[in-house]
Amino acid sequence: MIVGEPLPPSGAFGVNAIAMTMRFGDFLALDNVELKVRPGSFHALLGENGAGKSTLVKCIMGYYHATEGDIIIGDREQAIANPKDAHALGLGMVYQHFTLVPAMTVAENLVLARDDVPVVVDWSKEMKELESFLARMPFKVPLGAKVSDISAGERQKCEILKQLYLKRRFLILDEPTSVLTPAEADEVLGMLRNMVVKGELTILMITHKFREVMAFADDVTILRRGKLAGAGKVSELTPDAMARTMIGAEELTVQPPRTGEAGQARLELAKVRALDDAGAIAVHDVSLTVRAGEIVGIAGVSGNGQRQLVEVLAGQRESESGEIRVVGDPYHASREEMRRHKMSLLPEEPLKNACVGGMSVADNIAFREFDRAPFASGGWWLNRGAFRDDAKKKIGQYKIKTRTPDTPISALSGGNVQRAVLARELGGDVEVLIAANPCFGLDFAAVAQIHAEIMAARNRGAAVLLVSEDLDELLELSDRLVVMFHGEFVYEARTSEADLTVVGRHMAGH
Amino acid sequence: MADGSIGLWTVPLAVLGGAIRVSTPFLFVSLGECITERSGRINLGLEGTLVMGAMSAYGISYLTGSPWLGVLAAGITGALLGALHAGICSLPRVNDVAVGIALMLFGTGLAFYLGKPLIEPTAPRLPAIDFGWWSDISQVRAALRVNVLFLIGVALAPILYWAFRTTRWGLLIRTAGESSDAARAMGHSVLLIRLRATMVGGFLAGIGGSFLSLFYPGSWNEGLSSGQGITAVALVIFARWDPLLCLWASLAFGGAAALGPALQSVGVTSGYHLFNAAPYILTLAIMIITCSPKRTLTGAPAELSITR
Repeated sequence: MIVGEPLPPSGAFGVNAIAMTMRFGDFLALDNVELKVRPGSFHALLGENGAGKSTLVKCIMGYYHATEGDIIIGDREQAIANPKDAHALGLGMVYQHFTLVPAMTVAENLVLARDDVPVVVDWSKEMKELESFLARMPFKVPLGAKVSDISAGERQKCEILKQLYLKRRFLILDEPTSVLTPAEADEVLGMLRNMVVKGELTILMITHKFREVMAFADDVTILRRGKLAGAGKVSELTPDAMARTMIGAEELTVQPPRTGEAGQARLELAKVRALDDAGAIAVHDVSLTVRAGEIVGIAGVSGNGQRQLVEVLAGQRESESGEIRVVGDPYHASREEMRRHKMSLLPEEPLKNACVGGMSVADNIAFREFDRAPFASGGWWLNRGAFRDDAKKKIGQYKIKTRTPDTPISALSGGNVQRAVLARELGGDVEVLIAANPCFGLDFAAVAQIHAEIMAARNRGAAVLLVSEDLDELLELSDRLVVMFHGEFVYEARTSEADLTVVGRHMAGH
Repeated sequence: MADGSIGLWTVPLAVLGGAIRVSTPFLFVSLGECITERSGRINLGLEGTLVMGAMSAYGISYLTGSPWLGVLAAGITGALLGALHAGICSLPRVNDVAVGIALMLFGTGLAFYLGKPLIEPTAPRLPAIDFGWWSDISQVRAALRVNVLFLIGVALAPILYWAFRTTRWGLLIRTAGESSDAARAMGHSVLLIRLRATMVGGFLAGIGGSFLSLFYPGSWNEGLSSGQGITAVALVIFARWDPLLCLWASLAFGGAAALGPALQSVGVTSGYHLFNAAPYILTLAIMIITCSPKRTLTGAPAELSITR
């Protein structure tokens, strides 16, 4: 049954999702949620990880079929069987993970996305059309460049341009600014906002950055654990009120105050150089000293060599040249050196880089000490009981939500995997801590706990190197801030004296 | 200069002739595998496809009297084996490399079983074009007797190079091979793209097989293929998934394979078997030189199970 008027041929339209319920087996991902996006508005969808934001928009886009509920596009109820149906209606989505093909050029990616790719592509004609399309657009991208060669910010612009090129009029953006510098984020969102104001576009943006919600959104809908927690006009709300609606009654770990002064040099990097997987220089002769009782933050947009630097420190990648010293001793990331200097590591994507997914939580927690007393006798006979006892203690202490210590760690949520790694790495004495994006994709409670643990380690005298793409996190935690761009350290300042616009400019390479 | 007395010139000439003659199966299998791998899948079963192609081409040529029908039959057999590979790989949690090894054994085994009655009879062979008519020297003429299939293969390489860039299906194959997420987000069926790419790859490999039984060596027996199918798969990696480089690499491997017989013909008999191993030594050497544990292969499709 089709009720209501068909969509007008151009201009923005609204989307209403009514009484949406989505079950995955026993799990209720969405529970009677309502989302009303007015035509020609900029709507923010807020919520913690696992609150159901992605599930809701995927139902709208036809990736999932809601167990119950209706979707009204414009004034008419529509059954959206698959993404193609959604595209035909003018709905488009920019995913958190890029959907551009890295090995292809920007132009190839744009043409490829069309539904009517000609059998033989006339590239000279297509390039002319693309250039005239770009001339009408608020931002520019290099058409002939390979996607793998352009910056994350340019890729995000490409993703958005692709949707506009496909003449989408209702755009869903999933955390579009997570890879952008603050200035780039403002540029992109500002331009989209202009198109919304002109009535060309409606935008639904998933985000967790209150600053962007306050600056750009008209309305907001807040989800919590699959339920509608609140909705309203942004002008009538404060960031604080929105945060409280998002997290509910849950108590957050209180971060200890910063105490004590920096001491002797613990971790010293001298002209360290490392290559990326393609053999290009990713870390370009960087030098840095991290002292005891100090957090040094490395800021930078993803892909500027931070990953390779951390991999060198973690022993996952060999450096090409340069020297790393820990308390004056040369360091080659061997297990013996890490143990001697009480080094701890919180790598990014902990399930991939710091755990064995198929092994139990207890085993994963014991990795550092498993062949030492009391976990082993004689260095080879393992005492399984000691594993479990230690794990049980740490599971309680670090609030790891797992059914048993014997559950495979891959069955845990992201926040709990990170808590388990935290328990292993920070459970004993720590003199040097290296953390990379430790809170990426985690909920408020986990973030607060991890921040508190890192600060506590610093206060106990650990030298902390914190690599993060989240500038807010770095400004909150670090004593000193270093900006990494194209494999080099281009800016350094005490965090208390750092100017956000200057930091942002260096992150963008200006 | 009298006929047949060109001395040591025989060797480079025979290597050139070999490069043209022996390279044809390499060329077809590697171009086929190039298409399959660019779509994100490895089909190691092409050795089996090659042998099945050789057998069916010989059989059909013998039964119908037309070698070209044999070539077509070989292609169709290859496409069916490709469809089998792609079909099995479409199932969840199936590893394409393992399926490929199984199909390699299946293909050769089936070909030997079905081909038993074909060892005795003689089938009509594919014709060759004589590009050596201008020369009086028999070695030159022998070296320049070029099969039409070789010319088709040589033409196919630049056509594929062009097609990967400028045609709809070329772009789709690359998308499926570089990012299946992107392909899915655009609403394409990755499995269907890979099915087609594997079938086309099998078709070409089957034709490569028909060359073995219908031109050079030009008979059907169980020792017909000495691993050309599997070598060609390695050759695609060496050629960085570029059809034009596949052409040059095939010629180099063909030349290397002709080295042993060429040296024997001028009387160098010691180390005959060693020289016959030249293509395999070349494979190993190239792999050692071009691969490094510290970096990923440039140009490798990102979805291949070996690079992921």
